[in-house]
Amino acid sequence: MSTWHSVTLIRDKCKGCTTCIKHCPTEAIRVRRGKAVIVDERCVDCGRCIQVCPHHAKRAVCDSFDKLGGFVYNVALPAPSLYGQFHNLDDVNIVLAALTKIGFDQVFEVSAAAEMISDATRRRMRDKERLPRPVISSACPAAVRLICQRFPRLIGHLASHIAPVDLAAILARRAAARETGLPPEKNGVFFITPCPAKATAVTNPVGLSRPVIDGALDMSEVYLRLLPAMKKVENPPQIATSGIMGIGWAASGGESAALLGESHIAVDGIENIIKVLEDVEDGKLPEIEFLELGACTQGCVGGCLTVENPFAAKARVKQLMKFLPVSRSRMTDEIEPLSYMDTPLSHVPVWQFDTDMATAMEKHARIEALRERLPWLDCASCGAPSCRSLAEDVVMGFASEEDCIFRMRERMMYLSGTGDAEQYLPPPFREQKK
Amino acid sequence: MPDVVRLHYDVDGENFMAAGEASSAVKNVLRRLGFGEDLVRRAAICLYEGEINMVIHANGGAIDVSVSPQAIEMVLQDQGDGIPDIEQAMREGFSTASDRVRDLGFGAGMGLPNMRRYADSLEVTSEPGKGTRVLMTLRIAPV
Repeated sequence: MSTWHSVTLIRDKCKGCTTCIKHCPTEAIRVRRGKAVIVDERCVDCGRCIQVCPHHAKRAVCDSFDKLGGFVYNVALPAPSLYGQFHNLDDVNIVLAALTKIGFDQVFEVSAAAEMISDATRRRMRDKERLPRPVISSACPAAVRLICQRFPRLIGHLASHIAPVDLAAILARRAAARETGLPPEKNGVFFITPCPAKATAVTNPVGLSRPVIDGALDMSEVYLRLLPAMKKVENPPQIATSGIMGIGWAASGGESAALLGESHIAVDGIENIIKVLEDVEDGKLPEIEFLELGACTQGCVGGCLTVENPFAAKARVKQLMKFLPVSRSRMTDEIEPLSYMDTPLSHVPVWQFDTDMATAMEKHARIEALRERLPWLDCASCGAPSCRSLAEDVVMGFASEEDCIFRMRERMMYLSGTGDAEQYLPPPFREQKK
Repeated sequence: MPDVVRLHYDVDGENFMAAGEASSAVKNVLRRLGFGEDLVRRAAICLYEGEINMVIHANGGAIDVSVSPQAIEMVLQDQGDGIPDIEQAMREGFSTASDRVRDLGFGAGMGLPNMRRYADSLEVTSEPGKGTRVLMTLRIAPV
């Protein structure tokens, strides 16, 4: 599997300010030579760094629209969060019709596949024995990757369905083959993504042995193309195939609502996810049947490729749902086998100190000893997010103790043999005068 | 350097909400050292039960964990009232927890029984009026 990530640094814009390293939930960023460096193995593409960077030096790389030119027939897979981006939209069909005017020949709603997955999960959850509780949603790739890294015990709780967009792609490709009779490589299937995690999953799918989508398109770019096209749509054909249950997946709470149960919780925001998963792992939430996880604020409408404020977008999706039937797509016996992962998820031990336990213990001891010598200020001047992570980096061989400006100062004082260190210390560290 | 990791935690007897912090921390360290999930889980349960007991019955205490490739040893020492009858305390469902504690969902009398179930060995020594010492060992099967 490639290590390609959608989340990418724009070098020229980066000031090396350490804001991103402090917010990264997996401590996957360091600053080196004045620029942020992403540690590929740890990055889960949640997009937090894109959201917090004051200099807009991080972006979510997607495919170019030009890629459509490589195919004879193109199908758009709009994420339901797209529908929350438009003012006064009262009919999803307008968006779908406009998509066929900006370069696509056909549209397959991701929300239709989401509805099928909700349908299957609802049925599977009726049988208590089959799925360990809580069942955890496997829809948000950032959350799934986080679980594989940090919560290996919960991997067995994941619903093991592929993401709705992957199922949508498989079904859209079959329909396209039937409709066009073209060889498979002539039909293109493109996802309109709200976030980098899903863009990365197009290239490196979660739980699938090979990619099933031809490209990920930036939702904000598609939005700009759609606006003028939507103005020209009059009396759109009825092509929407999803209802409340599918479109609800756009925002936090929708996926769990579609399961019609009571003990379901929807957690949005990756920091909140970490807290809740810790509680689940420690057995503190025994009553929860289903756990919906979305790494972004308010769920997918909060993805960093969306245009609209996530709270407003969620309200708009709710408004749209008023005019919709509950559900329009159901899981069939024929489709269901396609909706499961074909590659089991496993623990990705990026946090392990060493593969050899004795060496790991020795490293742990050195990390703890070094940590005691560091100032506990977590100032990030060393390029690591905290004193603890610097200690880890030093022992793992990625940094030096003198990267700490305080350690460096002590060393220089020692070398120069000069005395009064006190006066060069910043105020928080000066000894109290007796 | 010896292949032993030593971890120390002070358990705050005043803070119910913080109970479980030590077991969480130990869980994360064990995982990063490369221990398997079954062992990590058992160690976390044992320690959590011990931590809760120290908060409920003894106004806190101290936890010392030593980890080697052969075994995990956890010592919980408190300066509480002590346990007058240890055999009785080991029985499932036996608890001396106050009503207030029971209202919070603790005091089901499963703490020590759970520790005995999940640890490979459990030693409890107690002196009434002076405190209790709990030693739990989890042995690591050679690979």
